[in-house]
Amino acid sequence: MTEMSSFIKESNSDVDRVEVEAVNAKEHRDLYQSRIKIFPKRVVGAFRRLKWWIMLVLLGIYYLAPWIRWDRGLHAPDQAILVDIANRRFYFFFIEIWPQEFVYLTGLLVMAGVGLFVVTSTIGRAWCGYACPQTVWVDLFLVVERWVEGDRNARIRLDKAKWTFDKIRKRVVKHAIWIMIAVATGGAWIFYFADAPSLAFGFITGNAPAVAYTTVGILTATTYIFAGFMREQICTYMCPWPRIQGAMVDEHSLIVTYQKWRGEPRSAHLKAKPEAKAPAGDCIDCNQCVAVCPMGIDIRDGGQLECITCALCIDACDGVMEKIGRPKGLIAYSTTGVQEQAEAGDYVAMTWRTILHFRTFIYVAIMLGAAFAMLYGLVSRDRLDVNVLHDRNPLYVQLSDGTVRNGYTIKILNMLPEPRIFRLSLNGLPSATMFVASDGNQPSRHIDVAVAPDQLRALRVLVQVSPVYLTGESTDFRFFVREWNMDVVQNQDQEIVSYDAQFHTAPE
Amino acid sequence: MADKEIDEFSGTETTGHEWDGIKELNTPMPRWWINTFYITVIWAIGYMILYPAWPLISDYTHGYLGYSSRAELSAEMVVARSEQQVFLDQINAASLEEITASPELQQFATAGGRSAFLVNCTPCHGLGAQGAPGYPNLNDDDWIWGGTLEDIYLTIKHGIRFTEDWDTRDSGMPAFGRDEILDRAEITDIAAHVRSIAGLEHDASAAARGALGFADNCAACHGDNGEGLQELGAPALGDAIWFYGKSAEEIAAQITNPKHGVMPAWAERLDDTIIKQLAVYVHSLGGGE
Repeated sequence: MTEMSSFIKESNSDVDRVEVEAVNAKEHRDLYQSRIKIFPKRVVGAFRRLKWWIMLVLLGIYYLAPWIRWDRGLHAPDQAILVDIANRRFYFFFIEIWPQEFVYLTGLLVMAGVGLFVVTSTIGRAWCGYACPQTVWVDLFLVVERWVEGDRNARIRLDKAKWTFDKIRKRVVKHAIWIMIAVATGGAWIFYFADAPSLAFGFITGNAPAVAYTTVGILTATTYIFAGFMREQICTYMCPWPRIQGAMVDEHSLIVTYQKWRGEPRSAHLKAKPEAKAPAGDCIDCNQCVAVCPMGIDIRDGGQLECITCALCIDACDGVMEKIGRPKGLIAYSTTGVQEQAEAGDYVAMTWRTILHFRTFIYVAIMLGAAFAMLYGLVSRDRLDVNVLHDRNPLYVQLSDGTVRNGYTIKILNMLPEPRIFRLSLNGLPSATMFVASDGNQPSRHIDVAVAPDQLRALRVLVQVSPVYLTGESTDFRFFVREWNMDVVQNQDQEIVSYDAQFHTAPE
Repeated sequence: MADKEIDEFSGTETTGHEWDGIKELNTPMPRWWINTFYITVIWAIGYMILYPAWPLISDYTHGYLGYSSRAELSAEMVVARSEQQVFLDQINAASLEEITASPELQQFATAGGRSAFLVNCTPCHGLGAQGAPGYPNLNDDDWIWGGTLEDIYLTIKHGIRFTEDWDTRDSGMPAFGRDEILDRAEITDIAAHVRSIAGLEHDASAAARGALGFADNCAACHGDNGEGLQELGAPALGDAIWFYGKSAEEIAAQITNPKHGVMPAWAERLDDTIIKQLAVYVHSLGGGE
């Protein structure tokens, strides 16, 4: 492991120069690579502020969303977002999804996937830099670390220091807070899967199901280890997204760039000796960009897999440029296309046209297509469904008076959280009647069925027809199911579904 | 590894593999990764000590915890049985009518009866109880020995013409031809008459000749109009369901040398709770009286 962390203050400059090297520098490579500790320095600036806000919103959504209430009446849970695995229902505000409607979730996944394409092809790895839970929680853990142990230099000193009482105290406090955050993180997750207030009460009093404790335990462990210890290793080695994105960004995508044409040659020492009159770039080689980087890399080495485009180096460099009176943006969001042009001496300022290209519009079109298809599907979907299973064995039964009978298992799905009555009727198959096996009612052309709120009801229905009305071995007909509550019938606002069925009889 | 090839651009050692001028880099693995691998090896050793792992010639290493999936299954079966026992006790105590009156018990008995039916009854009556020539279809409304819950229960319990069971229901049709009670022509005429009361195509003059023979020999059990008599297990002859065939030849053959179905009694083999469930299931198929 290379010595990478001593701190030198240059006497003749306003700017601190940090002795730091990128963790992925060529010289550090070995057969097995031990993790090089990274001590990101505190930074202030526009992007840092943006990141604070995004972090606040995202953590707020994650921790608070399951506590939002949403009244669905007597017969359904009142939690706005609930994945009810035991009852196989998913609730999202006014939307209720049954397992067979999983296609909507597929649509959502298509949108999420294409959404990442849109974002990546235009503004690059914004997901990694701002919204990825790994980034957000590492940020949160770093805040704690900085608050307990101090900024970069203090942390480096503490890391190297002998185990004194003070060091032990700081480490215990830091890890205790980390574990509390980790427990809260794992704890919040389970509330998406059960009624939050009652589960919280049960969890505290030790009455929650074992799976709740296991889940919290696992997520506590992963949060603590991933955000506390693994950090950038997750992104560099475990996550597939950097690889996928490597294939998706092109010369028009926004990435964090060091404007080499402006910065080189670096002039750390020339600044101190202006009389030397050697050509000097704007980069004073202060290494602030490396010191603040949570990935521990040097952006001046060019675009690289490890860069999550969190833009903290931009903030750091802008601060330095301001101090030395040079224009900001030596490190800036730009595209490789713009940079290549600039290097060739033809600098063109970025506009929105720089990042929008044909591919973007195709992605947006796919996304909108999926969104409208889903929206249409959601708005027009039935809240009543019927499935019919024809008895296969026996295919038909002949009765003593010659009447032919077929058995069907009919499943009526009432997908609204209120009790409803449906009328099952025969369409086609003249003179046929039907009855529910073993309920004692007389055969009729229709059967009224009450189905409990949000439930499926299965009936075994026997349909019978006199052979004089049958021709051939099978006759097509339909089962109709319509809503039969008086108020909807009067308003002619019934939901109606049908199912194509067949009636079999003996071969001639 | 004297001559490591180092890629110029990245400074990383290459594996020496090359495709179209592109060389594969031998990027170093992170140390924690290799450590995780060692931990999984240690984990595997612990697992081998605790759980069954190695096959031996006639046995296997059982592991310190003595776990087996069979033991787990039988423990789960014990739990499932004790959950079923609640219903089984109720079924045991209830009459057949009480079982069908309770939706919960009816559902349990139908499911349990179906399961027992598949194991015990399907060889003769078929998977869907659809029967076969000589074995009655249990879905229809034609019951030779009665189709009420009680009748079905008795039939299953004591069997039909199963002489080992003293309570079995038994009957036999005389062998009118073989024992020379009727001659061949009389039998043909009676067969024609039977077809006529069933509304089937028949020789009218033969049927008219057979009417008297039918009244003398058959009506006592099968009824004046062939309506049958369940107490004696005499099938109805006037309906559309034929047990041993409806052609004039098949009817004549049955009169000459009758076949009789035998059903074993199940009282000795199945306990009463299961027989009750079977009766409820068969009754629920749609034809129960």
